[in-house]
Amino acid sequence: MGLKILTEHINVPGIDTLETYRKMGGYRSVEKALKTMTPEEVVEEVKKSGLRGRGGAGFPTGLKWSFLAKPEGKPRYLVCNADESEPGTFKDRVLMEKIPHALIEGMITSSYALGARTSYIYIRGELMFVLRILEKAIAECYAAGLLGENILGSGYSLDLHVHPGGGAYICGEETALLESLEGKRGNPRNKPPFPAVWGLYGCPTVVNNVESIASVPWIVNNTGDEYAKIGVGRSTGTKLISASGHINNPGVYEIELGLPVEEFLFSDEYCGGIWKGRKFKAIVAGGSSVPILTGELFLKTAEGTPRVMTYESLSEGGFVSGTMLGSGGFIVMDDTTCIVRNTWNFSRFYHHESCGQCSPCREGTGWMEKILHRLEHGHGNMHDIDLLVNVSKQIEGNTICPLGDAAAWPVASAVRHFRDEFEWHVKHPEKATA
Amino acid sequence: MLTAEEVSQIEHEISLVPVRKAAGIEALKIVQQHRGWVSDESLKDTAAFLGVSAEELDSVATFYNLIFRQPVGRHVILLCDSISCWVMGYEKIREHLMQKLGIKYGQTTPDGRFTLLPNVCLGTCDCAPALMVGPDLYQNVTPEELDEILSRYN
Ligand SMILES: NC(=O)C1=CN([C@@H]2O[C@H](COP(=O)(O)OP(=O)(O)OC[C@H]3O[C@@H](n4cnc5c(N)ncnc54)[C@H](O)[C@@H]3O)[C@@H](O)[C@H]2O)C=CC1
Ligand SMILES: Cc1cc2nc3c(=O)[nH]c(=O)nc-3n(C[C@H](O)[C@H](O)[C@H](O)COP(=O)(O)O)c2cc1C
Ligand code: SF4
Ligand code: FES
Repeated sequence: MGLKILTEHINVPGIDTLETYRKMGGYRSVEKALKTMTPEEVVEEVKKSGLRGRGGAGFPTGLKWSFLAKPEGKPRYLVCNADESEPGTFKDRVLMEKIPHALIEGMITSSYALGARTSYIYIRGELMFVLRILEKAIAECYAAGLLGENILGSGYSLDLHVHPGGGAYICGEETALLESLEGKRGNPRNKPPFPAVWGLYGCPTVVNNVESIASVPWIVNNTGDEYAKIGVGRSTGTKLISASGHINNPGVYEIELGLPVEEFLFSDEYCGGIWKGRKFKAIVAGGSSVPILTGELFLKTAEGTPRVMTYESLSEGGFVSGTMLGSGGFIVMDDTTCIVRNTWNFSRFYHHESCGQCSPCREGTGWMEKILHRLEHGHGNMHDIDLLVNVSKQIEGNTICPLGDAAAWPVASAVRHFRDEFEWHVKHPEKATA
Repeated sequence: MLTAEEVSQIEHEISLVPVRKAAGIEALKIVQQHRGWVSDESLKDTAAFLGVSAEELDSVATFYNLIFRQPVGRHVILLCDSISCWVMGYEKIREHLMQKLGIKYGQTTPDGRFTLLPNVCLGTCDCAPALMVGPDLYQNVTPEELDEILSRYN
C-alpha cells in the first residue's frame, strides 16, 4: 500500500461534512499558514515540494506561484480549474464529490499564499450535483469562520465562489476558462502573457488544477521537503490516476509517483489486469490528448527498460516510442479493440470541440475526422493513411492553444504504431463496419 | 419580457461580477431554467437587460453546449460518446435509445418528453457507459436498465 495524501480518508463515513473532515485533521493547514506563516513562506514550501501541475502540463506549481505579478492597486486571483472534461479523466470529479473540503482547504491556504481576496472554482456545467456538494461545503466554512471576513481571527479575508461552465471542453484550457469566467465565448488567448501576469479581468491570476490545489495542505502541514521525498527525481509526490476501459478494477487510484507500470496495471490492488482474460493491446495513458502506445512499448521502453509511473519515464522515447503522463487518464484497450475506430472517435471529439479560431485546428480536425470515417467505413485508400499523418503535422505546433496538438498526436501515434490495422481496413473494405 | 423573478435572479448574478455583461452566461442559464430554452425573443430581452447587443450575446449562447437555442423536451438526455464509453458498449445504448424513443441525435420525441444529445466525456469513465437525464447521472447503463430509467421521467 502506497502513501495516501489526498484519498486517505475517502471512505470515512461523513467525510463530506466539515465536522468529520476536521475530526480527521482537516483545515490544520489553514490554521498553520494563516497564523504562523507569511504568504512567502507558504510559496517557498510549495516550491520545495516539487509539486507539478496535475492538470496535465506538469508545470511546477511553486514556480508558477512565484511568477505571479504583484502590481499595486490590482487584485490578484486564484482560479481552480475543475472543468475536467478530458475523455478518460475523472479524478477531480471523484475528489470533489467525496472530499469537497480537501479542495476548499487547499483553496484557502493557496489563496492566502497568493494574496488573493476572491477566488473561484470553475466547474464544468454538466456536474451540477458536484457543484451542490461544493456549495454546501463552502456554506459550512462561512458559518465556521473559515471563509469570509477575518478567517479564524487571522486578519485574512477570502471570498470563494463556485462558477459552473456552459458545456465546452475548450474551457478547460486556462485562458479559455478565464474568458468564460468573464462571460464570453471560451476562445483561448495567445500566451504569453501568461495568466500569472494578465489573467482574470486583466489582473494577475493563478490557474491550478483541483488535484494540485488539494495537495497543498499536506505540503504546508508536513513541509515541502517531506513531500519531495515521495516519488522519484522531478516527479515528486502522489498522483491520482483515473483508470478505465478493459481492466478488471476501473476507478481512481492514488499512487506514489515511481510505482512500476506493470504493478499498477496488473496487481489486484490497482487495475487488476486486463478483463475477460484477454491480452493487453494498447493504452492511452494520460487522457485522450496524449499519444497512444502499444501495450509492449508501454510496459517497457524501446531499450527494454521497465517503465515506472513518472512524467519522465512515460515520456522516454519521445513521440517515437513514448507517451506522456498528462492528466493521468488511463484508458486500457484489449486485443479486440479496433484502433481505427477509436482514432475516429478521438478525431470527432476534437473536431467538435475546436473553438474555431485557428484554421489549422478548425479545418484540420475536420479533415482528419472525414478521412478516418472513410477508412473505418471501408471507403479509404492507402494514400489516405499518409494524408492523415500529413494533416496532423500541419496542425501540430501551428495553433494558439494545445488543443490542436492534442488532436494531432493521437492520430499520428495511432498510424505510427498500428499502421497495419489502417492498411487492413483499406484492403478489406467488405469487413469494415458499415 | 423578462419576468420579475428572472430579473431578480439575473440582478443577483450581476452583483457578483465587476461588469454587467460578465453575467451573460448565467443570465442565459436562468432564462433557460424558466423557459426550457432560449428563444430569439428571450435572447433579445436578456441582451437589452445586460446592455449588450443581441448578436454579441448570441455568439456566447451558441458557443456553449448546455445553452439551447432551439426548443427541447422536458428532459434532455446527454449520452456520453467519448472514448471510454465507446469501448465499453456505447453503441448498444445509443441504438437502444434511438429505437425506443424513435428519435435521432438532436431530435425531440413527439410528446415533448425527451431530447437526445451526444455529450463529451461525463467524467465517470470507470462506470461506462454513462448518460445523464436532466441533472441525474446514470452509470454502467445496460439496455435493460434504460427502460426502467426512462420510465421515471414524464
Ligand atoms: N485535465 C484535463 O481535463 C485536460 C488536461 N489537458 C492538459 O493540458 C496540457 C496543456 O495545458 P497548457 O495550460 O496549455 O500548458 P502550458 O505548458 O502552457 O502551461 C502549464 C501551466 O504553467 C503556466 N506557465 C507556463 N509557463 C509559464 C511562465 N513562463 N510564467 C508563468 N506561468 C507559466 C501556465 O500558465 C499554465 O498554468 C496538456 O499537456 C494536457 O495534458 C488537456 C486537456 C484536458
Ligand atoms: C484543451 C485543453 C483543455 C484543458 N482542460 C483542463 C482541465 O479540464 N482541467 C485542468 O486542470 N487543466 C486543463 N488544461 C490545462 C490548463 O490549461 C492548465 O495548464 C492547468 O489548469 C494549470 O493547472 P496545473 O498547473 O495545476 O496543472 C487544459 C488544457 C487544454 C489545452
Ligand atoms: S487550437 Fe483549436 S481550440 Fe485552440 S485556439 Fe486554436 S482553434 Fe481554438
Ligand atoms: S468517456 Fe464516457 S464518461 Fe468518460
